[in-house]
Amino acid sequence: MAKEASSDEKNGIVRLADARKTYQMGTEEVRALAGVSTSFEKGSFWAIMGPSGSGKSTMMNVLGCLDRLTSGAYYLDGQDVSEMDDDSLSELRLKYLGFIFQSFNLIPQLSVQRNIELPLYYLGWDAAHSADRAKELGEEVGLGDRLNHRPTELSGGQMQRVAVARALANDPQIIFADEPTGNLDSVTGIQIMELLSKLNQQGKTIIMVTHEPDIAAYANNRLHMIDGVIDRIETGAHETHEDRQEHLARH
Amino acid sequence: MRHTKIARNIWLGIENLLLHKLRSFLTMLGVVFGVGSVVAMLSVGEGASQEALANIRKLGSDNIIITSVKPVEDEQTSTQRSHMSIYGLTYDDQARISQSFRRIRKAAPVKLLRKEARLRERSMELRVVGTTPEWFELVPRDIVAGRVIYAADQEKQAPVAVLTEFGARKILATEGTIGQTVRIGGDEFEIIGIVKSESGQAGNIQIPDEDVDIYIPLEVARDYFGDMFTKMTSGSFQREKVQLHQIIVQADGPDSVESTAAGIERMLERFHKRKDYEMSVPLALLKQAEATKRTFNIVLGSIAGISLLVGGIGIMNIMLASVTERTREIGIRRAIGAKRRQIVYQFLIETVVLSMFGGLIGLGVGTLIPFLITYFSGMVTVVTMNSILLPLFISMGIGILFGLYPAVNAARVDPIIALRHE
Repeated sequence: MAKEASSDEKNGIVRLADARKTYQMGTEEVRALAGVSTSFEKGSFWAIMGPSGSGKSTMMNVLGCLDRLTSGAYYLDGQDVSEMDDDSLSELRLKYLGFIFQSFNLIPQLSVQRNIELPLYYLGWDAAHSADRAKELGEEVGLGDRLNHRPTELSGGQMQRVAVARALANDPQIIFADEPTGNLDSVTGIQIMELLSKLNQQGKTIIMVTHEPDIAAYANNRLHMIDGVIDRIETGAHETHEDRQEHLARH
Repeated sequence: MRHTKIARNIWLGIENLLLHKLRSFLTMLGVVFGVGSVVAMLSVGEGASQEALANIRKLGSDNIIITSVKPVEDEQTSTQRSHMSIYGLTYDDQARISQSFRRIRKAAPVKLLRKEARLRERSMELRVVGTTPEWFELVPRDIVAGRVIYAADQEKQAPVAVLTEFGARKILATEGTIGQTVRIGGDEFEIIGIVKSESGQAGNIQIPDEDVDIYIPLEVARDYFGDMFTKMTSGSFQREKVQLHQIIVQADGPDSVESTAAGIERMLERFHKRKDYEMSVPLALLKQAEATKRTFNIVLGSIAGISLLVGGIGIMNIMLASVTERTREIGIRRAIGAKRRQIVYQFLIETVVLSMFGGLIGLGVGTLIPFLITYFSGMVTVVTMNSILLPLFISMGIGILFGLYPAVNAARVDPIIALRHE
């Protein structure tokens, strides 16, 4: 996205205006998003929270350009993406977004390196440059020695690190993390969260969905959803380093 | 740059297929057998028709061949001991044909006899062909040694003999024996040459030249051996009187062959009360053989087409299953930013690689089969460029045709649902 386009939207890399999303479940109409208006700053770390069915996953899918709104508008870096076609959305995901999932979603038949290279493949990078970048990212997440392993040979924490490395491959503006610690034990969960915090400190915007307050505590801002609308927003308050140490000690 | 990307995509496809070696191999089998059978059938068919065509051409495409045949009535009464059947072409027929048709270039009469040939201590029953020098022009033979019969031999009624290669071998005649005397049925002949043996069958005409023939001038044959033959069949002697066994006529061009043949037939009908001859026109046979070849190819093509279709359906089936199995992978790729058409491309390449590879193996199998057929049965098979290229293109086409549906199905997968897919 052109930097100039965002000049008047400096304060919102992501902005929803009366966003609505309804699904047809049999005869019943489910209102997953029932009029959400919000804006996330560039470089912020948001946790979207709420019980299941509150619409947080839908919100995530919409923000991640995986799903389209039924009505309302979604501006990504100042650009209205709500009317874009499938190819343009794919292009956006490829160039500006990175994803981390609860169940890691690595491609099992590909090596760690090849998994990390995947976005680069679609970006059209040549093999040599992709390999260099993958190695660099592998080192960064502490898996430099596991590049030729298959994901199935790794622990959950290691798999999620691979997923983080993959999400970083295209140097995205926003990283979406959908319950990133949901399948991890608390110690490795904390390690992943520290990694995300570090990335946030390096300037990446991070939007995370979670229902765990401990995990949400790593974010600068927490958005609570209920029944498809925003319940409340907590801004700024986040754990200190000491709190985290304490948290680690408890486990 | 562009082609390295394609190469990379193909390589990725191969890698994916190698993850399920057995499955990929089994999926490929349909195409392997389909293509293999196309190649094998085409080359066997091509071999058979080329052999037939070559034999017909050997007879000369401008030639008309008239052969004496024993009439059916004689065949029935010939069991009677005393009966002598008189039939067939006559010297007069030969003269009339030579004189009355303007569009004839040459005509060669043939008289066939079976005689004992003796060279020094070796003796062997050979087929003796009494003919004129024209014969060697109408049915060309390569000369191994010496010369063929010339017009001068005919005029002088010289007792000379030309052997075929295999016939010569039977009585141990070699290049060195040229000029020596061979005794045929008790009479002495000078060996003047040896020609290559050729034999074969073209349609229903036997080439008037067996492996082991011996050629002598017609006049000499008539003088020495006459027109009477005694054949021994199932214990009883049969006597036959035949002047000429065959007349080979060469028309002056392909366009006059059929009209000349019709003219000769009309003339023969006038002078022969019974149908004791048979006409065959190699050109007509050639046309017939070509038509047969076309039919043959259509039939083989259809069978092969069905087997390729079955192979293609097999591939499609497996690819559809593979798409379902890899739903999650597709979801991941889509979430990362792969466009629909890139997913289509990925799966299409896999299918095309699979079927092309099957096609290549099939090609190997298909060329091996004709080789084995030729090796074990001696049947002529010909692997043409067409029979190699056609199946390869077909297998690629099958890959695209039957891969498209699964690939499009794969691209339709909704990434959100796919990511939740277990």
